[in-house]
Amino acid sequence: MSDFLFYLIAVFTAGCAVGVVANKNAVNAAMCLMLCLMGIASLFVLLDAYLLAALLVLVYAGAVVALFLFIVMLLDMQGGVKRPFRKMTALASTVALALMLVGVCMLRNRVSGGAAPTAALAAPVGTVLKNYAELLFTTYLLPVQIMGFLLLIAMLGVIVLSKKFEGMEDIK
Amino acid sequence: MLDFFFHWPLWAQSAVKGLAVIAVLFPFAAACSMAERKICAWIQGRPGPNRTIVPWLAWIPVIAPFLQRLGLFQLAADGGKFVFKEDPIPGHVNKLYFVLAPILAMIPALTTVTIVPFGAYFNQAGQLVPLVLANVDIGLLAVFAISSLGVYSVILAGWASNSKYPFLGSIRASAQLISYELSMTLSVLPVFLWINKPGGAGTLSLFAAVEAQSGQGLHFDSLWLGIWMPVSAFIFLVALFAETNRQPFDMAESEADLVGGFHTEYGAFKWSLFFVAEYAHMIVGSGVFTLMFLGGWNPLPGLPLAAVVHGLEHWISWASHPAFMGVLGVLIFLGKVAFFIFFFMWVRWTLPRFRYDQIMKLGWQKLLPLAIGNLIFYALLIALIDR
Repeated sequence: MSDFLFYLIAVFTAGCAVGVVANKNAVNAAMCLMLCLMGIASLFVLLDAYLLAALLVLVYAGAVVALFLFIVMLLDMQGGVKRPFRKMTALASTVALALMLVGVCMLRNRVSGGAAPTAALAAPVGTVLKNYAELLFTTYLLPVQIMGFLLLIAMLGVIVLSKKFEGMEDIK
Repeated sequence: MLDFFFHWPLWAQSAVKGLAVIAVLFPFAAACSMAERKICAWIQGRPGPNRTIVPWLAWIPVIAPFLQRLGLFQLAADGGKFVFKEDPIPGHVNKLYFVLAPILAMIPALTTVTIVPFGAYFNQAGQLVPLVLANVDIGLLAVFAISSLGVYSVILAGWASNSKYPFLGSIRASAQLISYELSMTLSVLPVFLWINKPGGAGTLSLFAAVEAQSGQGLHFDSLWLGIWMPVSAFIFLVALFAETNRQPFDMAESEADLVGGFHTEYGAFKWSLFFVAEYAHMIVGSGVFTLMFLGGWNPLPGLPLAAVVHGLEHWISWASHPAFMGVLGVLIFLGKVAFFIFFFMWVRWTLPRFRYDQIMKLGWQKLLPLAIGNLIFYALLIALIDR
């Protein structure tokens, strides 16, 4: 049952991901992105990572994609002009494909090489909220703080770029 | 009879329970539209609906005029009108999203109910078991997550209509819903700081929130959280009004300046779906508020349902039977929810609508700092009390 659900949702998610890239209409693409995120959230649910699933839906599907849609509609974007094929594009896609292959190979080796992952993790980290909190405040404290600062910098950057400051009066 | 039900496969049980909840919630939401008419008439000092009656009921001599003046058949007349009216799709709309939007409005509204507990009973082992479709540990977060998807119906409805006023309405709505989600989430954090005792596994479930308000006798531990955290309750309530698009926050419709807002181009059944979804959101939102701040199914602060049932056992032997206790709990819970729905309507017909800039100012400059201050205050206080 779980296997069948996994394949179903995985195909659905991958299909939506293709839809995001292939769609010419920006609104359709954003909706596909939303469905794709929902698919990923359901995959998290299959992994018993309920908190991650809820956060993914709350933050990304609920707010970020809604903002995407908001911007797309506000600017009334139509499918842009197709760029001519360039050598850089070929190079970039080859590098990206190679990186992805390396990643998949490493993942495969880890699953088949090491001890069975289900036995190693007695209680899945995602099920108990307390484990999450503890990891966030101990092992991953620095990355979390750095991410926070990066987001703050990005926010300040957006404010500076989008507001036109003309005199010192505007800054006040 | 119940044993027979519990022998069914799990998916069949869940399907029946889910359908039962929808079958209760849908008429409830429809009845809210009737209640709204009656309450607004009452507040504005006019008779309200008082003409509708089914023809063959009108022949009964004494009861018929009485029934007619109650106006209860207005609900059926409204429903019938929506079903039989012509359902136009204007030529200039994006058909797919135009049809999809009202359906998208219904999905989150009906899905959130699965996580909201609405009663409790003692099982044979004497443990308190919640009456809920899915008692998940992340309870409230799941409610927030699913209800945050409700914004798509408004955005898509406004965009697909391909005309100015609906578009303005949907743009306002998307900004408003996202802004108030922040204050709403921050306002409930103190509640869960208080509920989760140090050393516990940590939970966000709504059942745990009611449990924390089920202490017996009037002391600090058994206070309803609405009394103990009034600022949280207030922020949550205001944000709830904004999230359900109710007046004075109904920027998305705002018929005085936007004709009808996001649903200007809609008619007949699709239009009514938007409204059933709004009322369903209101019911679920009132339910969540009741569970977190008003003690859920407990009748009074310091007097939990369990104590009432044990007290009743002196007179009635079957008082702690699961069915009786369940029904009693659900009735108390629904009573509180009904009061809140009345409160929603009371506010709607009392306060004038805000201007759009006032709404943004209120959300970002007043409620959000208040919510953050409230969180810091309670975090310090709870650390000091250190249970």
